[in-house]
Amino acid sequence: MKCTVNGRPQEIDDVWEGESLLYALRERMGLPGSKNACEQGECGSCTVYLDGTPVCACLVAAGQAQDRDVVTVEGLADEDELHPVQQAFLDAGAVQCGFCTPGLLVATHDLLERQPQPSDPEIREALAGNLCRCTGYEKILDAVRQAATAKAEQ
Amino acid sequence: MEFLRPATWDEALAAKAEHPDALPIAGGTDVMVEINFDATRPDVLLDLTRIDELADWSPDGERLRIGAGVTYSRLIADLADRLPGLAMASRTVGSPQIRNRGTIAGNLGSASPAGDAHPPLLADDAVVEAHSTRGVRHIPITEFYTGVKRNALAKDELIAAVLTPPADGPQQFAKIGTRNAMVISVTAFGLALHPGTGTVGAAFGSAAPTPRRATHAEEFLAAELSATGRWDSRAELDPATVTRFGALVAEAASPIDDVRGTADYRTHALSVMARRTLVWAWTDYRRKRVRTCA
Ligand SMILES: Cc1cc2nc3c(=O)[nH]c(=O)nc-3n(C[C@H](O)[C@H](O)[C@H](O)COP(=O)(O)OP(=O)(O)OC[C@H]3O[C@@H](n4cnc5c(N)ncnc54)[C@H](O)[C@@H]3O)c2cc1C
Ligand code: FES
Ligand code: FES
Repeated sequence: MKCTVNGRPQEIDDVWEGESLLYALRERMGLPGSKNACEQGECGSCTVYLDGTPVCACLVAAGQAQDRDVVTVEGLADEDELHPVQQAFLDAGAVQCGFCTPGLLVATHDLLERQPQPSDPEIREALAGNLCRCTGYEKILDAVRQAATAKAEQ
Repeated sequence: MEFLRPATWDEALAAKAEHPDALPIAGGTDVMVEINFDATRPDVLLDLTRIDELADWSPDGERLRIGAGVTYSRLIADLADRLPGLAMASRTVGSPQIRNRGTIAGNLGSASPAGDAHPPLLADDAVVEAHSTRGVRHIPITEFYTGVKRNALAKDELIAAVLTPPADGPQQFAKIGTRNAMVISVTAFGLALHPGTGTVGAAFGSAAPTPRRATHAEEFLAAELSATGRWDSRAELDPATVTRFGALVAEAASPIDDVRGTADYRTHALSVMARRTLVWAWTDYRRKRVRTCA
């Protein structure tokens, strides 16, 4: 199976093409950033970009990712500088156990690409597919607002 | 397991003819849940996401032709004005990630009684366009759902598109679930008023073995609106009409008790949703007149 992940070509053998892209990323490509919490599209912790669209990697068959372009949370930061969205999550204290964070980062990244200054209802709607058991959503909302401000100031 | 990745529609149909048991996969939002939980281990998966033409919609005579690969997100972005009922239903599906992948055809393929696309498609008199190497079949939506999670597709057929007329009047959709995001409906209801033909479409989900039209309710309301000249006058509805409509919708249901709700609750909820959506739709209809006259 061949695809591009975070800008780099990936080629893996012995893939069962019906396994999920999430499994392929984590177990076969050594990219454990996307998390596996439910495997049924409910929690969003596996959110990745597939050809530029945020999707649940657990619901994409590995074979469907053939020749596609995948971006995971590992692909958001520059060389050694966090992406403003990542920095904002840290600064706002929106990360506790961190399990939900990779998915939230990708979903927030996408939201701010489409809508640089989202309203609170727009934030809630955009993150409705990402569950967090720890922090509570207030800190996450704070983080998204801070990220929007930081990006605007860039 | 074999994973087939046809690049064209003809290849897909040939593959399905050759492997009638192949499981088509589009957005995967139903199929992958089954596979991840070992509920199914298909010998052959038939990936339809590489066939670009499936992901398009286009006008088709009097109707719109929605390709099988059109996702909920695409439908909401492109067709909310022409198919408001289906767009409203689409907005309630899952989460953004699910709507970015999930397709209307996948909803039809699964034919779950809880599928949210079904009530608006029924209310709109949609037609499922099924293809096989044998030819094309147009299946009226009322004949499409044949049982719990069963549909009228033959083993060698694939859904190419859904044909549905653009709205010619107000449409509404309502769904009751346990929270805002990601709910499988406890019950859902779709309403379409068709002033052009003087008819009404009313259909529900999760309250019978299949999604279903409330035919008596539709006929009652259409007759009432014609007899009282209201299609033209757009006068306020008689509250008794609204109540009776709700009762007839509820009567059409044959719900079950399950973890999401009791049969009694579902019947009650349906009559409430039917009444509410009718009032909303009629208010919309009355307002439109004001706008056209002004
Ligand atoms: C977290 C989550 C939340 C959800 N919320 C909702 C909700 O609120 N409302 C709702 O209605 N659904 C919901 N669903 C279910 C699912 O998203 C929908 O049923 C969706 O429409 C399925 O589309 P798909 O393209 O992903 O289908 P797939 O999973 O790819 O396929 C579904 C079925 O259709 C068949 N199929 C697909 N395309 C074709 C074709 N062209 N021809 C013939 N057969 C075909 C497949 O073989 C399979 O049997 C949810 C699912 C998840 C995981
Ligand atoms: S692991 Fe994919 S949505 Fe939960
Ligand atoms: S920080 Fe633990 S799940 Fe969100």
